Amino acid sequence: MTETEETNTFRPDLIDILNGVPHGIALVDQDLRIIMMNRFLEALTGYSGEEARGISCDHVLHSSFGRSDQVFRQALEAGVSCSAEGDILGLNRKKIPMRFTATPVVESGQGRQALVLVLEDITVFQEIDRKKEAGPAKGLLGHSPKMQEIFELLPVLAHTDSSVLITGETGTGKDLLAEAVHQASKRSKYPFIKVNCGALPESLLESELFGHMRGAFTGAHADKHGMFQLAQGGTIFLTEIGDLPLPLQVKLLTVLDDREFFPLGSQKKVRVDVRLITGTHRDLKQLVEEGKFREDLFFRLNVLRVHLPALRERDGDVRLLIDHFLQMFATSFGKGVKRLSAQALRLLNSYRYPGNVRELRNIIEYGVNICRGEVIEVEHLPPYVLADAGKAPRGKGAAASRESAEKTAGGVVPEIPDNASSWSAIEKKQILTALMQTGGSRTGAAKALGWGRTTLWRKMKEYELG
Amino acid sequence: MKILVTLQNNDIAPRFDLATEVLIAKIVRGKISGEPRTVLLPGPGSDELCSLIIREEASLVICGGIEEAHFQYLVWKKIEVIDRVIGPAAQAIDLAMAKQLRPGAIIRPETERSAAS
Repeated sequence: MTETEETNTFRPDLIDILNGVPHGIALVDQDLRIIMMNRFLEALTGYSGEEARGISCDHVLHSSFGRSDQVFRQALEAGVSCSAEGDILGLNRKKIPMRFTATPVVESGQGRQALVLVLEDITVFQEIDRKKEAGPAKGLLGHSPKMQEIFELLPVLAHTDSSVLITGETGTGKDLLAEAVHQASKRSKYPFIKVNCGALPESLLESELFGHMRGAFTGAHADKHGMFQLAQGGTIFLTEIGDLPLPLQVKLLTVLDDREFFPLGSQKKVRVDVRLITGTHRDLKQLVEEGKFREDLFFRLNVLRVHLPALRERDGDVRLLIDHFLQMFATSFGKGVKRLSAQALRLLNSYRYPGNVRELRNIIEYGVNICRGEVIEVEHLPPYVLADAGKAPRGKGAAASRESAEKTAGGVVPEIPDNASSWSAIEKKQILTALMQTGGSRTGAAKALGWGRTTLWRKMKEYELG
Repeated sequence: MKILVTLQNNDIAPRFDLATEVLIAKIVRGKISGEPRTVLLPGPGSDELCSLIIREEASLVICGGIEEAHFQYLVWKKIEVIDRVIGPAAQAIDLAMAKQLRPGAIIRPETERSAAS
């Protein structure tokens, strides 16, 4: 017998073939009673194919489908393959999400009909979907109440087509929020275009936003679509809207009202269907008062307003973001950095973050790059963090207590040594300075430093100053 | 003691969380006292069913598939649970009374068994 003949005559048992498939497979009759099951399904259900034979499949599978399940019936009646999602309760009493695919088969000669049921575990897919749903604000992290408010507001912003104005200090995540709103909206399958209004001079910005025709100005060698046209059907995000020149503010107002505009040098109007989201770190109201921003445009943009809190106002988020960025950079740079030392953490918690999340991200990136071991110490952090943390503790309360301490101590302000190598050195020096300025009075020194007496005592003990 | 069986027609319901009917049998001196009672639930739901089991002071539950959390809850409440049982509810009760019912048991209907023999 030749090799080809051997291949042609090879007829393994059906059950052996089914046992090789890594999905649950059952053959059921027209009454949905089990005829046979593969080994995978036996392991899943805890019943052997032999003992399950003749029993209704929903009893054996403990599936979410009832006996009168329409999908299976439909497959039998229509003679076509049908599939549906549901779940089964496995042997370990765990609910397993499954995709059931029912394919009718007809026995040759006999004409008897049966169904092949394939059960595919879709736990992983559901997990991915769940993560997608759970994280509509992609890249925006936060457990603080202020951020939770933003996350709760997000679906509302996404559901409507009204203009959104996002305000907040630099580095708070205005761009991320704008993109998250777009991604969660029905426009998500269309483009999201971001334009920085402060980055280009007026003439270029107009061309960038609204496009131009060939010959509209010197150097316009070809027609060019503007960002509004490119964002057709989607969302355009104008960041730093406070920097938009006044003449362009008029044109933008017209676009918002009429949904159409003339590109530079064109006599033909262009109609656009674009949602507008704007962002700024400036106080637009104040700009209006100063005559630098049109009031009518301000009202037009200020339909839905979201203010992103500064990082120092987000209780507990610093630690969350530190962990997130640490893991992100350690993985991306292939470094073995695992954590920050307690002192470094204390320092980062007390820092004011004028650059907000962006600054924190840069600090951690710096630390991961500089650190050669597993733990980021204070000396691995950028020097400006050490200097600044000594000057002003984070939070209003801390600031107030420091102010009062300064007053009561007659203006005793601890100086930051220029040659400080670590936070502990700075703190030690501060304590000594305060003690010297108050003539050795611990109560006075504690007041000057804005600490309680116990804190001062603890720190003195820590630095062996007692 | 009371035995509670999740019901679908006359069989044990395949799923505890999807059962909408239960059969409650009162056992006195090893025999069923009176006619077992059928209780229709307002709808499927494991939590509601657990509450009913507690309320009825059942000491044994016979059911099909049940999630681990609810299984452990009932066990914690000192209620014996025999799960993954397939077959007619009445026969399951008889076997349970005779201490012959095990988790994962498949009980063939008596008519089917006599036809086979």
